[in-house]
Amino acid sequence: MKNQLKGFLWIGFGVSLLLALFLSPFASSSPDGLEKVAEHHGFAEKGERWTLWQYAPFRDYAIPGIENEKLATALAGLIGTAGIFMIAIGLGKVLRKTKSSRNI
Amino acid sequence: MHIPDGFLSHGLNAVTFVVSAGACAYGVKKVNQKFGEKEVPLMGVTAAFVFAAQMLNFPVAGGTSGHFLGAVFSSVLLGPWAGLIIMTLVLVVQCLGFADGGLTALGSNIFNMGVVGALGGYTLFWFLYRLSGRSHKGFFVALAVASWFSIVLGATAAALELAISGTSPLVIALPAMAGIHAIIGVGEAIITTTAVSLILKTRPDLVSCFHKRIVPGGLAQEGGVS
Repeated sequence: MKNQLKGFLWIGFGVSLLLALFLSPFASSSPDGLEKVAEHHGFAEKGERWTLWQYAPFRDYAIPGIENEKLATALAGLIGTAGIFMIAIGLGKVLRKTKSSRNI
Repeated sequence: MHIPDGFLSHGLNAVTFVVSAGACAYGVKKVNQKFGEKEVPLMGVTAAFVFAAQMLNFPVAGGTSGHFLGAVFSSVLLGPWAGLIIMTLVLVVQCLGFADGGLTALGSNIFNMGVVGALGGYTLFWFLYRLSGRSHKGFFVALAVASWFSIVLGATAAALELAISGTSPLVIALPAMAGIHAIIGVGEAIITTTAVSLILKTRPDLVSCFHKRIVPGGLAQEGGVS
């Protein structure tokens, strides 16, 4: 039972990594719904005037310094997906561990 | 639907931040009561899948793109409070790591996609699923309808925030945002029902709300969102 669970989860994680690696470089680069509305109704520039957080390492889902855009996006997607997997598991463990009574 | 810095007023962002933080704090408590061995790795995979799938923008009408949100998807797998936590985690990583969504607008983005998307979307799902008498067909109809609404309601919340902030009047922002997201919501419904049906075929026990009536004891009332 436990092995089967692990197997299924690894497949799910593998699929997520493959999506990020091989499909994200070919995703539509058109503006999304909100960006389109902002452009169309003339308030897009309000969002470009300033940004509070300047230190995002993978701005616009690209690894800085890699000239090939598709490769930069694919690797950023791979790092993000793997990173969020580990953060979420860490968070899940913390949330579970602080449980006062385990006999639910 | 990720709102950048500069679109919304600081006052509104402060209010949504407090509401979102409060919802997350309560969510942490609820998840804390529910999570066991099985849920931890499932939460990791769900968050990874949501992040990866959110990168895959698909083209919709008129030079616009949309992408999967995953709020109802996460909530149906792990419960609405874990869904909220997963959406929050994804939004924080996207904001700090990928400059997607403004830091000042983080509270608003969590409100639109987590509180409205996950909690609101799941409430609608749960209501429709119960209304259908918990049939197999009713499950998927409820899932599709709730997924669609999670996008449209999230976009509606964003339009209200833009109007309150004086960025765009409601008569313009609301039809424009709800209209384009009504199309994006169809994609959300297709991806959510496809992904959940694949999981149900292989591991139905991983979909927390599907087996609810079989699970004895306390889990039965877990679906309620107060």
